[in-house]
Amino acid sequence: MEEVKVLGSWPSPYGYRVQWALELKGVEYEYIDEDLFNKSDMLLKYNPVHKKIPVLVRHGKSIAESAVILEYIEETWPQNPLLPKDPYERAMARFWINFVDNKDKAAPIVTFFIGVGEEHKKATEETKELLKILEEQALGEKKYFGGDEIGMVDLAMGWMAYFGVIEEIVDVKILDAESFPRLHAWIQNFRAHPVIKSNLPDHDKLLVSYTQKRQMFLGSTTT
Amino acid sequence: MAEVKLIASSLSLFCTRIEWALKLKGVEYEYLEEDLRNKSPLLLSYNPVHKKVPVLVHNGKPIAESLIVLEYIEETWKDSSLLPEDPYEKAMARFWAKFADEKCLFGAFDACRAEGDEKEKAIETAVESFAFLENQLERRKYFGGEQIGYLDLALGWIPHWLNVMEEVGCMKLADAQRFPLLHQWAEDFIGTPLIKECLPPRDKLVEYFTASINYLRSLAASQQ
Repeated sequence: MEEVKVLGSWPSPYGYRVQWALELKGVEYEYIDEDLFNKSDMLLKYNPVHKKIPVLVRHGKSIAESAVILEYIEETWPQNPLLPKDPYERAMARFWINFVDNKDKAAPIVTFFIGVGEEHKKATEETKELLKILEEQALGEKKYFGGDEIGMVDLAMGWMAYFGVIEEIVDVKILDAESFPRLHAWIQNFRAHPVIKSNLPDHDKLLVSYTQKRQMFLGSTTT
Repeated sequence: MAEVKLIASSLSLFCTRIEWALKLKGVEYEYLEEDLRNKSPLLLSYNPVHKKVPVLVHNGKPIAESLIVLEYIEETWKDSSLLPEDPYEKAMARFWAKFADEKCLFGAFDACRAEGDEKEKAIETAVESFAFLENQLERRKYFGGEQIGYLDLALGWIPHWLNVMEEVGCMKLADAQRFPLLHQWAEDFIGTPLIKECLPPRDKLVEYFTASINYLRSLAASQQ
């Protein structure tokens, strides 16, 4: 019997990536939500190195790091492939996943969320530059990053599907249809996909959660 | 015209990884040396997003990011497999390569650059990360098993570059007594002729790391 467990922590997009991949491939799994302020013994046992989510556990063996987990899922359950067959196209997919996972490249998005003043203005501009690269080079004219069907890169870009909540809280709109028509269309298509649609965090709950997170960060930096 | 080109810098450990992989698989390539202080239009056109080396160009199409290039090489030239067949073992190789780049390599560089109390802490953190690698070796000759594999290439900076960082940074991270398996692995790895022939001259590396550290330290000092 396939006993697959996924340790995640709502609303982490890294956790969602793994769930989406399994759902798209029709693989049954048990989802366990972790409280990252009170990590379970299970999490510490299955990811002793980083103590982070997501973790996939199968046949008692655990795999951590979402990009590594996605590749494992792809190789273990080849139905509904999430990566192209061609080695060059696969390298391009891995490149874009790596790009969006790069902490330095993604830093402006974090500052856009929790920064203030000049720092925030700078982060807003840098986030726009990042989105421009994704729109023009990663997505291009395609419906999905993966082409006609959702692929691994789309899952890695899933955070964009609920970026609107962050924009609401910060009261700054960047990812609009006029500035980023293709990304905007992608978000609509991604959110509407039957598998993704039933596995998206609730808007109102996100608003509450992200607002709390932002207060926490702002509170800790004010004197 | 060469079907395979490698745009690289001879001192870069990320680039040497690629040379090792190409040589292990018997792939002929043209090596194009890049001056990183004066990046060529070729590099900028082939890697506009990061503007870094290595870039592998195969039939005119560029691939960047060293670990991604290794996977591309593995999938394109099937001789002498670098990754295990089993998906779980493959996942472990990828996990540890990522870990080593993020924690061991940058940890080592950080410890090299740091001074005073900050240095003590950075050394401790880096040593902890190396302990994880030691535990991964178990009874195997290489991280890849009996043969050199993807993870060995990803960790291949340890026998040569780490040694230089330790000297320049006046510190010891991968001590032979503390990490005997890692030490033995390093000797076996670097003793392989194909591996050894791609290594840059040690004195050039010392020069490079010394200059980098001094630059970073002066930058930090001027910001205080």
